[in-house]
Amino acid sequence: MIEFRAVTKRFEDGTIAVDELDLTVEAGTITVFVGPSGCGKTTSLRMVNRMIDPTSGTILVDGKDVLTVDPPTLRRGIGYVIQQAGLFPHRTVLDNIATVPLLSGWDKRKARTRAAELLEIVGLDPNFGKRYPAQLSGGQQQRVGVARALAADPPVLLMDEPFSAVDPVVREDLQNELLRLQAELDKTIVFVTHDIDEALKLGERVAVFQKGGHLAQYAKPQELLSAPANDFVASFVGRDRGYRTLTFLHAEVPVHPVATAKLGERITVTDWTLVVDEQNRPKGWLSGVDGEVEVNERDLVSGGSLYDGSSLRGALDAALSSPSALGVVVDDAGAVSGVVRADDVIQALAKARAAGEVPR
Amino acid sequence: MTWIFDNWERFWEVTAVHLRLSAVPVLIGFVLAIPLGWWASRSQTARTVLFPFANILFTIPSIALIVITPVVIGVKILDEINVIVPLTVYTVALMIRSIADALSAVPGNVIAAANAMGYRPFKRFLTVDFPLALPVTIAGLRVATVSNISMVSVGALVGLGGYGQLFTEGYQTDNSPKVFAGLVGTVVLAVLADGLLLLVGRLLTPWARVGR
Repeated sequence: MIEFRAVTKRFEDGTIAVDELDLTVEAGTITVFVGPSGCGKTTSLRMVNRMIDPTSGTILVDGKDVLTVDPPTLRRGIGYVIQQAGLFPHRTVLDNIATVPLLSGWDKRKARTRAAELLEIVGLDPNFGKRYPAQLSGGQQQRVGVARALAADPPVLLMDEPFSAVDPVVREDLQNELLRLQAELDKTIVFVTHDIDEALKLGERVAVFQKGGHLAQYAKPQELLSAPANDFVASFVGRDRGYRTLTFLHAEVPVHPVATAKLGERITVTDWTLVVDEQNRPKGWLSGVDGEVEVNERDLVSGGSLYDGSSLRGALDAALSSPSALGVVVDDAGAVSGVVRADDVIQALAKARAAGEVPR
Repeated sequence: MTWIFDNWERFWEVTAVHLRLSAVPVLIGFVLAIPLGWWASRSQTARTVLFPFANILFTIPSIALIVITPVVIGVKILDEINVIVPLTVYTVALMIRSIADALSAVPGNVIAAANAMGYRPFKRFLTVDFPLALPVTIAGLRVATVSNISMVSVGALVGLGGYGQLFTEGYQTDNSPKVFAGLVGTVVLAVLADGLLLLVGRLLTPWARVGR
């Protein structure tokens, strides 16, 4: 658990980076600090491991005032992942990961064994151990950065805009990987980002910072969307708030049967027909022809997003993005199990609202 | 070239002196320049003091510096110190800048990461900052070494100076093969020393030449 008690940071030039921050980061959760640049989110993070010391106030990590611990010792007990990974270019991947164990006096063999273990945990090939950071892609480097932060198994992990420098596809991989890791490791994670979507995706609790180092709101993601504390938070969480609230709702949506056909089959098309492959996985839609036709790859209209039962947002998006207005529902193996309609999603939302599941 | 083979022993003797007179100042100058370069990489004040000072030192002609050194430090005129001290001054003047630039070029997020991992300052300098500054530092060291090897000859004016002795003697006795031998020796020594440093640099920084 990390507690900020009336923490203020005033820099030498007089700017107030953090203003009377009171906030408790619960143990075993991912807490995201989000806000525009200059809002004090990174300063707040860096005060936890004393990269910056507060002007006034107290920060407690597991009940202990950080100002009473000498900085290098404190930092070896707190994992840190920095922007663009910040790997040591002159050390191999394995030696990078082993940094903190070696600094803490582990023997070399034990540290290297642990480093090899972590390489696997973050999903990298063991062969990468002998490479230098420059031989890795940005996404791979950041995985090594996470491995390095986890090496000494610290209970607390600080992540300073770790995924901001990688492309969107890799970023999503890294985010999913972090959620997977956290499900296993159960660390207390403070994650700083300026990207509200990243904050809403990763955070169990999200602290929205406002210019001048004020904490504007500290709440669960769905609460930020449905009940922003002020105009700043409302504008910061941005457009499509109503739509994005659906991400956090997992109500039941009726699944309807759908007509399917396989390639090469001769069928009579009356309405939209879903074409599937041998494993019953969706390939595209067929419509608008009269009489009997042979199902042909050329005639397919490619489909919209697929709904895998994740949230109402996924269901609605599948329906809205489908050319037939029918959202394709798939099971874990990717096989078609039916379709959903947008109306049904709206009704499910109304039901959830009536049952008080939508935070106000 | 025949002069070299006919006077083999004498040639080796001046080669040894030349090597010593150029290598010792490089080593001492390099060691002295590390803390000064480090200081200059961290403090604007240090830069405004050290850089112009180093530039002025470097513009003093080597002849003047070598002739004046015995007077200033008060040792016997034939002592090797009289060549070692001025060449050390040149090396320091040259290396302060190289080392300061090399240390300033270490990426900020790597330094921040090292701090966040829990490095103490001195250990961080030895195991992170300095190794990362090596490629640029070694490039500077190669320039300093080659320039020292060429400047040692000026020491002949105070009766020292390795191959420089061959120049003065050859000139006085109108013996051009002897002068030529000194010239060949200087060039070969410079090329060998430069190559050696290049090789050592490559061995020390295998990471600097890897790509994707």
